[in-house]
Amino acid sequence: MPEQASLIAETRSEKLELNLGPHHPSTHGVFRAVVELDGEIVVNVVPHLGYLHRGYEKTCENKNYHKVIPLAERCDYMGASSNSLVYCLCVEKMLDVEAPERAQVIRVIIAELSRIFSHLFWLGTHAHDVGAMTPLFYTLREREELMNLFELTAGGRLMPNYLRIGGLIKDLEEGFVERTRSFTEHFDSRVDEYETLLTKNAIYIDRTKGIGLLSLQDAIAMGASGPMIRGSGLAWDIRKTQPYCGYENYQFDVPVETGCDVYSRYLIRIEEMRQSNRILKQAVNKLPEGPIRAQKAGVIFPPQAEIYTKMESLIHHFMLVVEGLKPPVGEYYQCIESPRGEMGCYIISDGGPNPYRLKWRAPAFINLQSLALISNGCFFSDLIAILSSIDIVLAEVDR
Amino acid sequence: MNQELIRDKLSSNFPQEVIQSAVLFGEQISVTVSAEKILEVCLFLKEDSDLAFDFLSFVAGVDRYPKAPRFEVVYQLYSLKHNHRFRVKTLLNEPENGLPEVDSVTGIWPTADWHERETAEMFGITFNNHPDPRKLLLPENWSIHPLRKDFPLQGTGEDTPDLPS
Repeated sequence: MPEQASLIAETRSEKLELNLGPHHPSTHGVFRAVVELDGEIVVNVVPHLGYLHRGYEKTCENKNYHKVIPLAERCDYMGASSNSLVYCLCVEKMLDVEAPERAQVIRVIIAELSRIFSHLFWLGTHAHDVGAMTPLFYTLREREELMNLFELTAGGRLMPNYLRIGGLIKDLEEGFVERTRSFTEHFDSRVDEYETLLTKNAIYIDRTKGIGLLSLQDAIAMGASGPMIRGSGLAWDIRKTQPYCGYENYQFDVPVETGCDVYSRYLIRIEEMRQSNRILKQAVNKLPEGPIRAQKAGVIFPPQAEIYTKMESLIHHFMLVVEGLKPPVGEYYQCIESPRGEMGCYIISDGGPNPYRLKWRAPAFINLQSLALISNGCFFSDLIAILSSIDIVLAEVDR
Repeated sequence: MNQELIRDKLSSNFPQEVIQSAVLFGEQISVTVSAEKILEVCLFLKEDSDLAFDFLSFVAGVDRYPKAPRFEVVYQLYSLKHNHRFRVKTLLNEPENGLPEVDSVTGIWPTADWHERETAEMFGITFNNHPDPRKLLLPENWSIHPLRKDFPLQGTGEDTPDLPS
């Protein structure tokens, strides 16, 4: 047939440039990538960031130390309390104070709840990205329970803003411990439910196994951390290697997978939820009595009750609000294991009431760097699965 | 390996002009390295089997305006093998014309790519031999460097003529 022959002769063979985002459901925010396609095969991915850049670091440099905490939580809003935790730990290191025992255990509880919170939403949206609608409804059910817990004790649901330099803003609300305990008791069976939907689901395995291969060597070179590097075969967890908040006193395992693919990252996050639950059970049972904030006049806010009854406390409180705390000159780096990996805070102090320089090591930002490397040569639809397996939070990527 | 041993190892392998100072803050030492030799020092830190800093946490710029030397570039390192951290920095003077320059470490740690692009646009520091020196977070046509200390936080269009409208 001559007509068809002429069609074939005119078949175009140049590469197709496709714009993905910034508003695309699978980018979970405002992330744009220009994808170069050869047919359906991805040849190159050029990420374009910055649509959500708010000048976080610059803003912090112009705020008192205490005022950075709510801002910090708006970076990685999925694991909000991880941000305030790393920031508070860093400032505490500068001031050479340590939060009291009870505050440390509560911090662990809040941090692990945040981790589960973040992984739950990741699981729901990731499954949704690869075509499974149901898990989202299941995970949002448990996520709602967690938000109610945050709301109960801190007021905020998404961003609790509960941690303070030297400890916490106030003690746990009545009923928090019981509700957390009942959550930990049924949560394992809920994770089983998610697994029945995905782990042995043939369609899910087809979409994820062998997709987005990131070798361990590349993972280290690209600075990947968290579930990304654990999915590539390295059992590296900062809670184990450089413990903070007393993590050395809890028993938990670091899951590790050697598949290097999207499916491995899924398995890691599922297991991390179980391990977080394990930590929660221990923390709830060992929660000691005692103060919730360290005492150090001039840098840590005195307890609320004392402000109304003691003259000195009132003065300290007033001076802290008006002038802010002034850590000694120096530079400090603190990192923690956030739901996404090594979250770090580097602060340079010049002795003034504001951080002279604050650098945020955002794990999602650095993990995202591997995207182009691991998605070359895959199908376009796999690119969506890979992107969601990196677990980006755009507020943290752009800061 | 503790911080003092790492510092001693560095200073025994490089002359004093290269390792300019070492200051302990908390549990970590910050070593200042001359900008010309930053690549050599970084390569040594990565390749030496006792140090083995295979993981770069971040690269950050610092503006010490109005002090001189004005800029610092900070490299926060970690060794997955030995589980130790270390910090190296280099000082850059502001040239009379153009932007301060330092060699890119992307050849040693590929993860430095985005960190250096961000530092370059935010502080106006040029990273020599960077494989992809485009802007990262800011629009390509902006010529401002927002994280510099003399960058205004607010003002009218006349106060901030170099700000894109």
